[in-house]
Amino acid sequence: MEYKLTFKDYGNALTRGKLLGLKCKSCGKITVPPKMTCQECGGTDLDIVELSKHGKIVTFTVVNVAPEGRQNEVPYIIALVRLDEGPWIMGNLIDIEPARATMNLINKEVNIGSRIFPGDKFSPGDQARPVFSFA
Amino acid sequence: MRKVAIVGTGHTPFTFATEKTSVELFSEAAMDAINEATLKPKDIQALYLGNCLGDFSEGQAMLQSYAADDIGAFYIPATRFEGACASSSLAVRDAFIWVASGYYDAVLVGGVERAASMGTSLATRTFAMFTDSHYEYPSGLTFPGMFAMLAHLYSKKYGVPLEKLKEQMAQVSVQSHHYGVFNPKAQFQKEISVEKVLSGFMVTTPLQLLDCCPFSDGAAAVVLVSEEKAKEITDKPVYITGIGQASSGRLSAQKDYLPRLKAREVSAKQAYDLAGVSPSDIDICELHDCFSIASLIAAESLGFFEFGHAGEAWENGETRIGGKIPINISGGLKSKGHPIGATGASQVVEIYHQLRGECGERQVEGARTGLTDTLGGDGVICTLIMEKGW
Repeated sequence: MEYKLTFKDYGNALTRGKLLGLKCKSCGKITVPPKMTCQECGGTDLDIVELSKHGKIVTFTVVNVAPEGRQNEVPYIIALVRLDEGPWIMGNLIDIEPARATMNLINKEVNIGSRIFPGDKFSPGDQARPVFSFA
Repeated sequence: MRKVAIVGTGHTPFTFATEKTSVELFSEAAMDAINEATLKPKDIQALYLGNCLGDFSEGQAMLQSYAADDIGAFYIPATRFEGACASSSLAVRDAFIWVASGYYDAVLVGGVERAASMGTSLATRTFAMFTDSHYEYPSGLTFPGMFAMLAHLYSKKYGVPLEKLKEQMAQVSVQSHHYGVFNPKAQFQKEISVEKVLSGFMVTTPLQLLDCCPFSDGAAAVVLVSEEKAKEITDKPVYITGIGQASSGRLSAQKDYLPRLKAREVSAKQAYDLAGVSPSDIDICELHDCFSIASLIAAESLGFFEFGHAGEAWENGETRIGGKIPINISGGLKSKGHPIGATGASQVVEIYHQLRGECGERQVEGARTGLTDTLGGDGVICTLIMEKGW
């Protein structure tokens, strides 16, 4: 069975400003990032749909200890965002100084854009990563 | 299905960076386990070895084959288990199934890791490989970062103010260090205070240095045999009576269920059902406290406390010896150390000695039934239940 929406195609779209997901024809739920099957019901009949690029922060952390090769990025904020369409995605919150990040961030509305993570010697090349800014 | 007993154990000290190789560390634990079982390496029919990062820590993949050869268990089938921090628990579970099935009568199981030897930077990078490398690592996700996000989520979801939660989390680390003092194999054998935890370096908000387990080197091993063989070896066998294992998708895919990990609840139910016991029957538990918040999340999903209330249990001493359910009396990952490939086997070794009454100053008197809970990455979970066999 062919993969409907690959990592490469999803990433390319995100880089061009489109957030793509998969809508399940069985249960109607949205899966993003993409998978072979629906995240909710395991269904395999999926349509590629364009999502709203809008959601709310559900949790976050300010990272001060980076993995090898990423020390120049700290401090940075990772957040999980619940999209208007339901799924959660992970990305970086870029709209606030990390030192000012508090629990008040939770439930803040954000828009979703993207940046490129150039990868390291272990990574599969350039990777698009979602970034969040306040709506 | 046949009954399966643990009849021998070995456990190196868990330490900061060691000069011993992974094969050397594992062989030391393995020979101790085989000797304690009064067996010879030639009696071992198969090796199940947990190891995650030998490829990165010393350029050594396929460790299992060399480990079997090193101890003189020549030409036996040797299989490596990689399930992140749960690797050797997965190995014990599979070994159990093979002995229970009747295919083998005596097998060696264990794990080894040299995580401390990698240094913080490379260890942080390689541990992050136990997250989704395509969709979540690009955001800079680290392992503490994952549990840090769960801590904020826990605070919000259960309405425990962050400041209060931080104090409860600090109590987890304080308790682990208290019992680590009584474990000669522990990496840290010194008391710490809540104040010290709360004044530590901020690793990733809200987790401070002493909310986090250390990087560690070490190995642990056990010998599993059939009931029939166990009776030839010892009057005090410890039987594995419940096993569970489950896996899940990337962290974001677990969404609204978080901060609970559903895989843990699926795995624990399998183990409780197979053993025919419930959480209230467990006398001692070793659970996966890679971070202080992880202990609260685990203890709730294992059924020991109500969701959102495990922190109170630590504050009230319910998780200490004499409390409702003694947890991580070995010192846990926090104080005993966390050489990831060895951690599950180490937990099993602790329960084995507790059920046999061999833990000295940290002995939980009268313990008959014990449970181990091991988490790998954001979604591999293994649960094992052991019972006193006499």
